[in-house]
Amino acid sequence: MYPKKSSTLLRDWDLWGPLVLCVSLALMLQGGSADSKEDGGPQFAEVFVIIWFGAVVITLNSKLLGGTISFFQSLCVLGYCVLPLTVAMLVCRLVLLAGSGTVSFIIRLIVVIAMFAWSTLASTAFLADSQPPHRKALVVYPIFLFYFVISWMILTFTPQ
Amino acid sequence: MAAVDDLKFREFDDAAHLLAANPDATTISIDEPAEAHKNQHSRRQEPGREEDDELLGTDDSDKTELLAGQKKSAPFWTFEYYQTFFDVDTYQVLDRIKGSVFPVPGRNFVRLYVRSNPDLYGPFWICATLVFAIAVSGNLSNFFIHLGRPTYRYVPEFRKVSIAATTIYAYAWLVPLALWGFLMWRNSKVMNIVSYSFLEIVCVYGYSLFVYIPTAILWIIPQKVVRWVLMIFSLCLSGSVLVMTFWPAVRDDNRRIALATVGTIVLLHALLSVGCLAYFFDAPEVDFPAPIIPAHNGTTLITKVK
Repeated sequence: MYPKKSSTLLRDWDLWGPLVLCVSLALMLQGGSADSKEDGGPQFAEVFVIIWFGAVVITLNSKLLGGTISFFQSLCVLGYCVLPLTVAMLVCRLVLLAGSGTVSFIIRLIVVIAMFAWSTLASTAFLADSQPPHRKALVVYPIFLFYFVISWMILTFTPQ
Repeated sequence: MAAVDDLKFREFDDAAHLLAANPDATTISIDEPAEAHKNQHSRRQEPGREEDDELLGTDDSDKTELLAGQKKSAPFWTFEYYQTFFDVDTYQVLDRIKGSVFPVPGRNFVRLYVRSNPDLYGPFWICATLVFAIAVSGNLSNFFIHLGRPTYRYVPEFRKVSIAATTIYAYAWLVPLALWGFLMWRNSKVMNIVSYSFLEIVCVYGYSLFVYIPTAILWIIPQKVVRWVLMIFSLCLSGSVLVMTFWPAVRDDNRRIALATVGTIVLLHALLSVGCLAYFFDAPEVDFPAPIIPAHNGTTLITKVK
């Protein structure tokens, strides 16, 4: 989580943490527009698929570009770095309970942006080191896009 | 005997050993400062010839074609085979993007940037970014257009992301496939000087879509004139990249077929951008009296404006 972790911790990967985070995030995003209108918010399955498919694609991308990190280590890092965004989602739901005006939107915006920056920086710190030097930006950009999409889903969440 | 051996691809022995086998062979050595210095020196001596070669792209491309022919030697079921398609550095990707946004007349995108090294990184991630840019911008623009209307309820319209993804990825992969098949078929009838591999066509299409990303973001501006001007501008830019790439490949053919091919390429490209604009972005400047429930479906609003 904090970019100062040593690489030995990286070897002990596990996918339970990411799974729990992903499920809780998808559950929290589920409540929006639960009526069966055509244009609603993302459903549980969609969020789940986006997170896992996105993580797999980013891992494949970094390995294809010549990265030395293993497949599951990378999935583990990307999954754990969803934690700040899950926290942001929790905060957003609490703020929305209090009201959904402009002030609440600004609070949510600031929180989401801060957590998005934290997620991206944390996972970049882990993953960029395993890349050849001329390709770091090529690996970091998809991570940025991935967390941007998740942040967008969190920010645009509207309760029923 | 030495000639046959030299034609086979093998691991790089040290140069001395190879030179001993065939003293006349050209050796290309990378990462040797003395060699690079010599190359620079010779470049300075004949700048005119260098320019011509750059325009034609023959000099570098001959050497790099030799290397390229030997590169993809791994069988297609191994991971290394696919790694060869991602063998690009950051500056190469940025150069290709720049080349697609600022097309210079007379310069062929493929020949100049891609010739030896088509990559899949650019097309894939540019398409992904475009999908999300269109979805997010469409959502934002609809939000701003309907802002303040009492009966409007904001919905994130997440369904549209999957539709955008399907459309854009289908365009970026199926149209090059069709075009490649068509060019191969014409090649068997008419001997063309220029022919592209499937990956190079995918590469050109992928990078040509890049200019639509800022266009999609600018389409948030809810002015009809602005949107159409933007669309025509981006269509000209990316269309010109495609036209300049494919015109040399078809111009030796029957005149009408060549024109029809290039026309179809431009038409499909235009259809993509018009379709995206119409589907994802509601029509702006629509004045409804308050009691009317605004439709979430963009097409209803458009017909009312017209």
